[in-house]
This record gives sequence, structure tokens and C-alpha cells, in this order.
Amino acid sequence: MSITRDEVAHLARLARLALADDELDRFAAQLDVIITAVARVQEVAAAGIPPTSHAADLRNVFRDDVITPSLGAEAALAQAPAAEQDRFRVPRIGVED
Amino acid sequence: MAADTELITMTAAQIAAAVASGEVSSVEVTRAHLDRIAQTDVHVRAFLYVAEEAALAAAQAVDDQRTAGQPLGPLAGVPLALKDVFTTTDMPTTCGSRILAGWQPPYDATITARLRQAGVVILGKTNMDEFAMGSSTENSAFGPSHNPWDLSRVPGGSSGGSSAAVAAYQAPLAIGTDTGGSIRQPAAVCGLVGVKPTYGGSSRYGVVAFASSLDTPGPLARTVLDAALLHQAISGHDPRDSTSLDAPVPPVVAAARNPDVAGLRIGVVTELGGEGYASGVLTRFNEAVEVLESLGAKITEVSCPHFSYALPAYYLIAPSECSSNLARFDAMRYGLRVGDDGRASAEEVMSLTRAAGFGAEVKRRIMLGTYALSSGYYDAYYGKAQQVRTLIARDFAAAFEQVDVLISPTTPTTAFSIGERVEDPMAMYLADLATIPGNLAGNAAMSVPCGLAPEDGLPVGLQIMAPVLADDRLYRVGAALEAALDSRRGHPLLAEARGLEGVGGAEQEAGR
Repeated sequence: MSITRDEVAHLARLARLALADDELDRFAAQLDVIITAVARVQEVAAAGIPPTSHAADLRNVFRDDVITPSLGAEAALAQAPAAEQDRFRVPRIGVED
Repeated sequence: MAADTELITMTAAQIAAAVASGEVSSVEVTRAHLDRIAQTDVHVRAFLYVAEEAALAAAQAVDDQRTAGQPLGPLAGVPLALKDVFTTTDMPTTCGSRILAGWQPPYDATITARLRQAGVVILGKTNMDEFAMGSSTENSAFGPSHNPWDLSRVPGGSSGGSSAAVAAYQAPLAIGTDTGGSIRQPAAVCGLVGVKPTYGGSSRYGVVAFASSLDTPGPLARTVLDAALLHQAISGHDPRDSTSLDAPVPPVVAAARNPDVAGLRIGVVTELGGEGYASGVLTRFNEAVEVLESLGAKITEVSCPHFSYALPAYYLIAPSECSSNLARFDAMRYGLRVGDDGRASAEEVMSLTRAAGFGAEVKRRIMLGTYALSSGYYDAYYGKAQQVRTLIARDFAAAFEQVDVLISPTTPTTAFSIGERVEDPMAMYLADLATIPGNLAGNAAMSVPCGLAPEDGLPVGLQIMAPVLADDRLYRVGAALEAALDSRRGHPLLAEARGLEGVGGAEQEAGR
């Protein structure tokens, strides 16, 4: 086993996915197969090989510091699941005592 | 109301010329394609949204421009199907996901805006694997699309709605995105031309992100020239995409009009063939190689030893980037929100929403990426995959010192049956075996049809790979092969598709 059911449950918590028990069973078995297959990258002798993070040759890109029109509150809130007083309404963040 | 068969079988280049000369109006052409969609899409299910009114208005605007004597662009008045991963202010953008069902973006993607500016008529939004993760459209929350060659087969993916639409004559052109093969593989299994431009050659602004270092928008079409015209229309530097290349668009249209491979050095990739490839795929591929040789190309075999590690590296890199990109779906500012009962915390609402809104493949990849990026595993998985990426880029660089382009079969098999690979993620991943190396290195690649596999009568694609910013070479080789094969056959390959026989078009009209 490359990954256990408990580890999958931990990953689901980290990734904010409230998975059902049967999903955990299924994903644990499937992820075990996938991780075993992708672990083949470890066969490559890569000592001293630099990593590539991107297909393009990345450089920082600046734009001129000029104000351009942006979305107004109405457009920004138009697709919000909940809005109040021109703001996004979100569920509680902390715990009330 | 059978669609006008003549109008729907025209190429994009022919439609543009006919609209520009006034032979037909864009409204007539657009109406014919909307009729075809109305007749056939109950079987094909290529579209998630059809924008009839907006399409007819865009067509009318082109016709008005012509009447007013204003100059028209090379694709003005031509209908197109847009993958549902590009934002559109006048149509929903769902990415095939329940979490974005009905989302109406507040801005247009750069490619959407460039299409509108070119007078291209957007017919609607096409189905796709959820967030572009898959090779069959079976991961769409809204059900799979069907292959017009055989409705029981997949049209490929993730841009499978786009490939199905073009193969079903619902649109002469479509736009897809290619992260691991998602344009080339659906093009191959539907008998179309599909191109992944050089990474950074086409803008990602307004493309809902899957794996940002790999995602590349590009064209699907029925001919190499049509693909070139669309490639030209959508490409070029975009200051809104920080990875957009500030370089001239390679001369793709001129190359498509110059189908000459005499003296061109073409390398057959040793590692992309043989075991794991269907015999009919190899038969047609080998015949195409002989055709290219007969046209004067110099064929050699080239080894790219690290390509066999491309698939495992990709399934670490793409999920890692996806786990980060899809963190934005947090149920706070747009999209689905589940469980907000006044008592649940933001974190609980987030977890419930993501569990309800994402499908199984997206969840698998988010967890796989979370795993690969975790401390303790990072070096062994993500770190190693990044080194493999370097080795693959070096293999390409060494190969392109010996040859001008590389070729291989686009896919190991022809279109598989709907349902066949759903429960076996690794089997599904193998569909992109030959296309992934090009994404990891960022170079340009095309799939062009090379015949039907004898065992099942389904299309086979030949992949052409060219160095970064040498996209024009794809079109030179693709156009030469297309011309030679069409002339031997006496007609385009797609004329042999029979999956929609009796469903629409002239046959149906005659029967009424």
C-alpha cells in the first residue's frame, strides 16, 4: 500500500472536501494504484538535474502604474451566493462563546 | 427545418469567402448551423448552451458591415463552438462542473474578445470533462458527449464537446484547451485537425485554470487551413497573461497554403509506438510515414529516452497545480454554496460545497496534488517530476538538432466505448500517453487525420511536434499529408462518418 485510508481522510480534510465513508474507501484504492504508477519518476537518476516548473521562460512582468476601470460592486456581487449591504455575506469565521 | 447540407459542409475558409462576396449571408450560414444543432444535438450532446439570439445578432452585425462596405476579417461571419472553459459575458461558463452551474462571468476571456472582434459567430458553449480533467467528456457533470462516427463511443476529451460539434457539422470551427492532449486527442478520435500552439502563444486570460504551466488554448477544424486561420485569429501577445509570449505569431496560414515537405527532416519517435498501441493505429501511422517519404521528406527514427516518464511526471505536476488552482472554489464570492444554515462555519460550508460541487475525478486529482505537495513527499514526487520535466525538454532539444519535426501516433487507440474506462482512472490516463511530452516541454503540436483503423473503422490521428514558436512547421507537414491522403481517397476522411446517418440533414428532409 502506498497510501492508507486514514491518509486519504487527512488529505480530504486538508483539501476541504467533506467526503462520505464510501468515497474514502473508493478513493483510497484508486489513489493507491495511481501513486504506485506515478512513483516511477523516482527511477530516473536525476542527481544534479535542475527542476523545471514551467514551460515558458518566466520573467516578472510589470505594467505601468496607471488606473484602469475595474468591476463595480454590482458586477462583482452579481454572482455571489449571498450578498448584504454591497458586500459578500459569508458564514461565520470564528467560534462564538 | 433540415439544415442546409451545402452550408454546413463548407469549410471555414469557404464560408468566409462566400460571406465576403455576398454569395451567402452570415445569418443564413449561422441559421443552417443552428438548425443542424437543433436536429442532431439530442444525439451528440456537444453543447452545454446554445446562444441562438446572440449568434444571429453577431451574424447580422457582420452582414451589416459588409453592406456598409467595411472590410471583413478572414473569418468574419463564420460560426464557431467555444469550449465552456472560456469566460463569456453573455453566456454561462460552467467548465462542466456543478460548482459553476449557471455562472455568468463578468468579463470575456481574451480569446472570446478576439473572436468577437474578428467577426466570428459564437454559436454556444461546448461540453467538456469537468475543469478539463479527462479524456472522454465522461467527467462532465452534465453527461457525456457522443462521437459522431459511432454514438456509443467517446468523442475524446477534455475538449470532446468541441470535437463532437465539428465532426457533426454543427460548426466548422471550435476552440479547445490542451493541458495534456485535450485538443489533439479529441481531434484524433473524431477525424479532425487539432492544434496545441506553443505554450504562451495563445492567451490564458479568462480561461478557468486547471494546470497553469501547461494549459494552452487552440483550434479544432475539419481542414489544416481552417485550423491555421483560427490559430492566427486567436494568437499573439496579451498583456493580461503574464506568460503570454511577446513574439510574432508564426506564419501558420502561409505554411498551410504551402504543403511542401520536400527535404524536410522528419523524426519518428521510437518511444511513442509499439507495445500498447493498437495495430490499426500503427498500420495507418506507418502508411502515413511512407506517404510523407514519397513526398520527399527525409524520415529517420529518433529516440527520446525520457518520454516514457512523461505520463507519471504529468500526473504529479498537473494535479499539484490543480490542487492549488481549484482552491479558489470556496463558496464565498461566486458559484455553488451548500450547507449555509446560519450555524455552520465558513470552513464547514466550504468543505460541504466542494464535496457536493466537484465530481470524482476532480476530487481525486485535488487529493493527489495535495499529497504530492505535502512536506515529506514533496522531494520524492513533485520535485522528481520537475526534474523529469527538464529531461524531457532536453530530449526534445536534442531531437530537434537532428530533425525539423517529430511525429508519432496521436493516441494509442481509437475512440473507446462510453463507460469502458470510467472505473479505471489509470486506463483513462493512458489516452494521453503520446501527447503529454509536448505539454511538459511547451512546444507546438498538431493532430491530423491519417485514416481509419481497419479493425473498427474509426479515425486515427498522426501527431506532429515542432520546436517552440515553430508552429508553422506543423501546418506545412499537416497540409502536405492532408492533401496527399485526400487525393488518394478522393474525398475528405470525415465524409466517411456514418454515426449520424438518418439523424438529420438531407436524408431526413427527403424522408418527410
